[in-house]
Amino acid sequence: MAVIEVEDLVKQYKGHRAVNGVSFAVEEGEIFGILGPNGAGKTTTVECVEGLRAPDSGRVSVMGLDPRRDGGEVKQLLGAQLQESSLPDKIRVREALDLYGSFYRSPVDPDRLIELLGLGAKRNVAYSKLSGGQQQRLSIALALIGGPRVAVLDELTTGLDPQARRDTWELIEEVRDSGVTIILVTHFMDEAERLCDRLAVIDTGRVVALDTPAGLIARAGEEQRVRFRPSAPLDETLLTSLPEVLRVERSGPQLLVTGRGNLLHAVTSVLARHQIIAAELRVDQTSLDDAFVALTGKTLKN
Amino acid sequence: MRSFMKLTRIEGRLLLRDPTTLFIGLLLPAALLVGLGAVPVLREVSDEFGGVRFIDYYAPSLLVMVVSVIGLTSMPSIVATYRERGILRRMRITPMHPAALLAAQLTVSLIASLVSALLIIATGRLVYDVPLPEHPLGFTAAFLLGMAAVYSLGLLVAAVAPNGRAATGMAMVLFMVVMFFGGVYLPRFMLPDAIAEIGDYVPPSVQTLLDSWNGTAPSALPLVIMGATTLVFGVLAARVFKWE
Repeated sequence: MAVIEVEDLVKQYKGHRAVNGVSFAVEEGEIFGILGPNGAGKTTTVECVEGLRAPDSGRVSVMGLDPRRDGGEVKQLLGAQLQESSLPDKIRVREALDLYGSFYRSPVDPDRLIELLGLGAKRNVAYSKLSGGQQQRLSIALALIGGPRVAVLDELTTGLDPQARRDTWELIEEVRDSGVTIILVTHFMDEAERLCDRLAVIDTGRVVALDTPAGLIARAGEEQRVRFRPSAPLDETLLTSLPEVLRVERSGPQLLVTGRGNLLHAVTSVLARHQIIAAELRVDQTSLDDAFVALTGKTLKN
Repeated sequence: MRSFMKLTRIEGRLLLRDPTTLFIGLLLPAALLVGLGAVPVLREVSDEFGGVRFIDYYAPSLLVMVVSVIGLTSMPSIVATYRERGILRRMRITPMHPAALLAAQLTVSLIASLVSALLIIATGRLVYDVPLPEHPLGFTAAFLLGMAAVYSLGLLVAAVAPNGRAATGMAMVLFMVVMFFGGVYLPRFMLPDAIAEIGDYVPPSVQTLLDSWNGTAPSALPLVIMGATTLVFGVLAARVFKWE
């Protein structure tokens, strides 16, 4: 069953179409990624889902409800973590959860959430005294305090150190395993690849692809690259005559062999037959990064 | 209602955790009264003050200080900061409307002003025998209407200021005007008559506070003007208020 449906969503600001006909459906229990460069329309799209903005045209439904018309009910079912939103400096962790919990019909136990998010030692600490990672976790806790069926997490790990990011990813998987459907807005490839069951790639206000991470990678091509330094001079035609090999390039002492199928096995067999050792052997596979470049013609550099 | 009570309680705690506002808004005015009263000449009856002592004459100006510190320096910057930092926006995605947060903040400011005013009245009475307001009904009306008028100005600042710092800057101008006409900087007998008269109509209308404190019913016109100011600026603030 689709928990969230977005159809032909259009949102315009001062003549600029931030969102230009976006459609997707999020299934119950999945982590659905919205991936795209800055300014692609990701945040505007989820703001329409959250009911913060009214679409110019198109249809949004959250569990069969319209976020603008049935705002009160949608807000009970949907928890969100927003970019650029914080709390008063002096409010304490436990207070904030207690307060936000009181806004909902059936909030979850704040103490359980505090433990789940590893904020146990910080429950009486003021917001301004928390580290960036702890503030982020509190913000996730606030998104979950109302016991939502859907959680929208916008730029979840921006500004976190690598360890805090990995911890946050694990947490999100736990949340999903507890039955919450998750929409994850991100411009990080590794995050999308690691967490998302399916991804909508958005560029200049449109969905340019919608697939599983593996599916997106496959679309970008099945090419593989094998790179190595031969221990003895090697006649390149030995490699180019292999059906798996598309081309061979030389860069300094290294050879770069591009091909498909069982490329690595084919190359190493030839080398073994000629008693050549492949030093510094590396195999590159197409990554989500490559897929993104292939789909949008852009790189996602921050 | 439960959420509103909780919001108000937490806003109250946040205020108590802010030592600056606590000191300037709640303790300083009463402390000033004690300090001024310690000067013997200010405890002598003089014709210049209309046959009362300086401290009796100055006490209403300290009430002006209370409502302007809380209503013009503390409240607008808190609300503008809530907008700037996305705290109001954060509330928009919960079932609770951010207006509740605004209402809670106003309630807390109101309670703080009342507590501070009571502190001044009690300190004056206990330490220097300053009489309790002798026209209680008129005094209560004058205080509440005057405070509401000052708060509506503060709310308008909060409504248009893009961030906390801008709010502080804009409110500071109003703060100085209100404090000047309220006779806080210079006792009003030292101001030219024309300026003192304008002061009757500048929120929170210090003359109505003085009159009712001394047992005369406050004049109707300043009270009506305070009510009208509240209405006009309150409605204006509500119309231009941006949640993000």
